[in-house]
Amino acid sequence: MKKITIKICTGTACYVLGGANILMLEDYIPGEIKDIVGIEGSACLELCKQSQYGKPPFVVVNEKVITEATVPKILDYLNKLTGKDL
Amino acid sequence: MYENNATLRRRDLLIKLSRLLFEDKLISHIDRIAVQMFPKRSDSSTRCCIYKSRAIIKYRTMAILGFSIEDEYDELMPLSKYAQMALEREKVEFPILTVIDEACSSCVKANYVVTNVCRGCFARPCMMNCPKKAISMHDGQAKIDPAKCVNCGLCMKACPYHAVIYVPVPCEESCPVGAITKDELGLEKIDYSKCIYCGKCTRECPFGAIMEKSQIIDVIKQLKSNKKVIAIVAPAVVGQFPAEFEKIVSAIKQAGFADVVEAAIGADITAVKETAEFKERIAHGSEFMTTSCCPAYTEAVKKHVPELEKFVSATHTPMHYIAEIVRKKYRDAIAVFIGPCVAKRKEAIENPYMDYVLTFEELGALFVAKGIEVGQCDQASIENPAQRIGRMFPVSGGVTCAIKETLGTDNGFNPVLIDGLSKQSVKTLKTYAKGACPGNFVEVMSCEGGCVAGPGVLSNPKIAAVKVKNLTK
Repeated sequence: MKKITIKICTGTACYVLGGANILMLEDYIPGEIKDIVGIEGSACLELCKQSQYGKPPFVVVNEKVITEATVPKILDYLNKLTGKDL
Repeated sequence: MYENNATLRRRDLLIKLSRLLFEDKLISHIDRIAVQMFPKRSDSSTRCCIYKSRAIIKYRTMAILGFSIEDEYDELMPLSKYAQMALEREKVEFPILTVIDEACSSCVKANYVVTNVCRGCFARPCMMNCPKKAISMHDGQAKIDPAKCVNCGLCMKACPYHAVIYVPVPCEESCPVGAITKDELGLEKIDYSKCIYCGKCTRECPFGAIMEKSQIIDVIKQLKSNKKVIAIVAPAVVGQFPAEFEKIVSAIKQAGFADVVEAAIGADITAVKETAEFKERIAHGSEFMTTSCCPAYTEAVKKHVPELEKFVSATHTPMHYIAEIVRKKYRDAIAVFIGPCVAKRKEAIENPYMDYVLTFEELGALFVAKGIEVGQCDQASIENPAQRIGRMFPVSGGVTCAIKETLGTDNGFNPVLIDGLSKQSVKTLKTYAKGACPGNFVEVMSCEGGCVAGPGVLSNPKIAAVKVKNLTK
């Protein structure tokens, strides 16, 4: 299966508005896809400065921007991406 | 409950108000916030309707402006008027917390509820054993009349089907000292003769109905003036942003503070004095000594376990010593303590050298409002760094570690840790006062995990604790 890259924005706005807890995401990734998922913290992605993306915190999974991201929201998207019910 | 919608809403509002004040638009725009958040025909309300949501936004804003909701005497007074009053205010006043009665859902009136597991049995031990005759049968199932129930719990114990459950009132459940209770309307009220300002209720209420009266408006007003404003940062700050300590210091300066001073320097002094005091007390035959650095704990002793008072260290808190140092260096400056703590607001009001207190959450809001990217700030050089010892304080067990290291060789040091105040641990402290203390040194932290898990933090306490420990290796 193709690799999935998850970029968590650690810019100050994202961090203050809920991003701090998304940094625990790794603990919630199911074992069966752990090998293909790469998680990285990123300096401010500047998405907060462009209103079309919505509200922080932002997480980018491959190319897809997830707004007002939470751990369950990211896991949901991973389900869709892998076609599995994780 | 760390991260939840109530927390995020509060932060969102803190950012909005700070931004308006920095842009000199607070008074002209503040009354629009609630409508912008919940415009006509929007369905973004999680309450009954947008009008209730707007009303609660108004009250949250009042708390952020530093007012007690309980003091409202004119429901038609607009927020712009409150903002004006906040900007004219000279100093902050008691109380520290406020209950938004509109947001309080006046949770369960009785703590015991019969679920539909009830079989409506023949024996009916719940009814037979209820001392207040509060249970009757409806449609083949038992029902508890909340007006008669006295929450004794006998029905739950008596039911063989486990059909009766205990439903807590979260704020009351979290309060270690029974300071928050319902009034005759079922709304929560804080009794300040009992409150220890630990802040647990503020984060446990699922409706976000209990808020701190923020001082962020007062601090921004000072930052905008030509006065020197000095930030005294609690040592837990190192774990609060995804960046090195040096960058956080630089970000605080960029926000307009003239200098950033580590409260850990005060903790260094506390550690030395407390160690000397410990040696002396034990030499004079005292059974044990407890720490005194946690203001919620010392308040709890004063109000609820006075018999323990003689065992509490007379050494002052880190804030006390650092405030003295800052005041000597900057005579006319404004001193702002930045930390994770609600009880520090009380301590600061009583300390003549301290002016204001911000939480880390409020500091984060300030950064966002000013567009400061902490990770991209320069590495500031820390001119007057604290020692390792003082920087250890914010993680549970850290004060013990600091005292142990200062003592040097182990001269019968036998530490005990009370990690978090709860109804249970307050009882345990009472037994210590009666002679049941299992050691000779007791560290007490109101927040489980230490200051890094305080009510005003931004980061996950586990991540923050690792960062504090890495800095004090």
